[in-house]
Amino acid sequence: MEAVRTERPEGPRIAQIARRQGCRPDALIEVLHQVQELHGYLPKTALMQVARELRLPLSRVQGVATFYHLFRLEPPTPHRCAVCLGTACYVNGGAELARALETRLAVRLDDPAGDGLWTLQPVSCLGACGQAPVLVVDGAMVTRLAVDDPVRLAQQLEQAGLPMAPGGVS
Amino acid sequence: MTGGQARLRCCDASGCRSVGSGTLLAALNQAREGLGLSPEAVAIQPVGCLRSCGQGPLVAAEAADGTFSLFGTLTPELAAPLLEQVAGPAPRSPSPLEAHWIDPAHPFFALQQSVVLEGCGRINPESMEEARALGTYGQFLRCLQELTPEGVREQVKRSGLRGRGGGGYPTGLKWDTVALQPPGPRFVVCNADEGDPGAFMDRSVLEGDPHRLLEGLAIAAFAVGAQKGYVYVRAEYPLAIERVRLAIRQARRDHLLGEGIAGTSFSLSLEVRVGAGAYVCGEETALLHSIQGQRGTPRTRPPYPAQSGLWGAPTLINNVETLAAVPAILREGGDWFAAMGTERSKGTKVFALSGAVANPGLVEVPMGTTLRTVVETMGGGVPDGSSIKAVQTGGPSGGCIPAALLDTPVDYESLLELGSMMGSGGLVVMGESTSMPGVAQHFMRFSVSESCGKCVPCRAGTVQLLQLLDRFATHQATPADLRQLEHLCQMVKATSLCGLGQAAPNPVLSTLRHFRGEYEAACREPRTCQPATGLRP
Repeated sequence: MEAVRTERPEGPRIAQIARRQGCRPDALIEVLHQVQELHGYLPKTALMQVARELRLPLSRVQGVATFYHLFRLEPPTPHRCAVCLGTACYVNGGAELARALETRLAVRLDDPAGDGLWTLQPVSCLGACGQAPVLVVDGAMVTRLAVDDPVRLAQQLEQAGLPMAPGGVS
Repeated sequence: MTGGQARLRCCDASGCRSVGSGTLLAALNQAREGLGLSPEAVAIQPVGCLRSCGQGPLVAAEAADGTFSLFGTLTPELAAPLLEQVAGPAPRSPSPLEAHWIDPAHPFFALQQSVVLEGCGRINPESMEEARALGTYGQFLRCLQELTPEGVREQVKRSGLRGRGGGGYPTGLKWDTVALQPPGPRFVVCNADEGDPGAFMDRSVLEGDPHRLLEGLAIAAFAVGAQKGYVYVRAEYPLAIERVRLAIRQARRDHLLGEGIAGTSFSLSLEVRVGAGAYVCGEETALLHSIQGQRGTPRTRPPYPAQSGLWGAPTLINNVETLAAVPAILREGGDWFAAMGTERSKGTKVFALSGAVANPGLVEVPMGTTLRTVVETMGGGVPDGSSIKAVQTGGPSGGCIPAALLDTPVDYESLLELGSMMGSGGLVVMGESTSMPGVAQHFMRFSVSESCGKCVPCRAGTVQLLQLLDRFATHQATPADLRQLEHLCQMVKATSLCGLGQAAPNPVLSTLRHFRGEYEAACREPRTCQPATGLRP
């Protein structure tokens, strides 16, 4: 799912999405989900068009888009790693795993810009608590990470496709 | 266990999928063909959660003669031996499956009592036929044809069922309140916004037996006189969303939803609404705002949603597990349900067991079962054999229960007395190496990030609490910090607008209550924080 990086308004597509939801204001969240699927994020021009289509003030659309964690207002980096910091993962070394990833990728946890290629996001519970600790690399879940064993952990991360950044440490 | 047919039930829920049940399922189908076996001879069935999530992917194997075995941590190479096990002339010896055999008589399975999870792991969640063969929708049709809404509510009241989302409000009473509002439109809402880290009970029902949930919701709609309902599912559960949407389409196709159901005048339409990542939307008034396409901020109550909910109409909101218990209650009668559990907490409860525990997974046990039974006897304790330090219940709104109190029977009241709460049912086991101020800090970080920002005590208070907890984590804290921490906890608890803020201090308060020594030891000068010296001016 490569993100389309464009500010060019996708006029007809967004109008179609809104129409399929009956242009109902209460469908705003669903419409935003589908627009984000289209662009990879929610460009300003798209938010303006959604407001027009649903006959809502832009402030209301902007308000909803900024409230929910899953809506992105900036284009995503090409690669993303999400590390689970849910309680089960936390107890099984999730925080240590997050630190190991920060050093390996040389990006800061929860920095939306990352290094331009990778971002590292925390998530709270992916529901795979039985396989803790877990992380997700570009949509694929990697489970049962060996936090106590640096050598095996490095192998697992390598296999998951997480590169060693130039300044990174395994 | 149909006569003569062998059956392999392969767990196809998110937990097992994340460890490769998809490829295993494909390998099983391929191996069946390779061995020249027909689907009539061996049925290969994708099913919902088989409970023992830590040992996934799991397969339950039933031979034609009814012999049952369970296998875990399977790989695609074991597909052929699995088929031979149930349908071969003679299983290989020594069997490559030996190391994968799981004892179904282990207390983890033997002590379970499936009511809500009755169909979970037995049926293909995407098959309406299998759901109906197990009796799903039978009670809904009986309600329409034989019972009155009052009669249905009476059974639910008799059952003593209480809200399983954490609050524990009596379900029958809530249904009455909605039903007895002045005439006009009403709504039913299923709260499937299971956001507590470490909780996956509702997800298992949504993924494993979605028709049971729809039946419960339809019965609720009949009992309160609603014609429109919503299932609000968090966006983080894509498989659950897909399966509930499919189930709604199937039910509509079979005229179990829609206009004039089963020749009666009762109509019901259901719709899935997907969240967008906001923990606070599990709070009922925030959830209603979100369904209306607004920011998920809570509002003051009263009026309660039962009086004024979606678009100002009376709205019934129940959690997934609550609704999924309803069909069995009607089938067996309210008294049957009330015979299980304790004096004030009836029936069974589903728990998601995780953390430092040998057998993580899903367990359904009667209310009143002790924590020790669940985490030690069933869960097997800490994997390396060391002792359990605490069990966390109730997620970010709950607390840590120390090992010394593990003999507490689990019910709503007993957990509250210990400064924790039932919550939705996540049980996270913690070993000796887990720092309790660290756990409190972990939950507070979560509350800071999930506070919606509407009221000051929660928005600013949680940030201040986290900063104080950070000082303990770095051994910078002073006696004044410890006092400030307790004071601020009480204030945030007393003055926040909704449950999120009111409960956010609970992880701190409960660890302070049961593990105060760890906070004192985490001070810059531990001696000064201890009561003997610390309290003197």
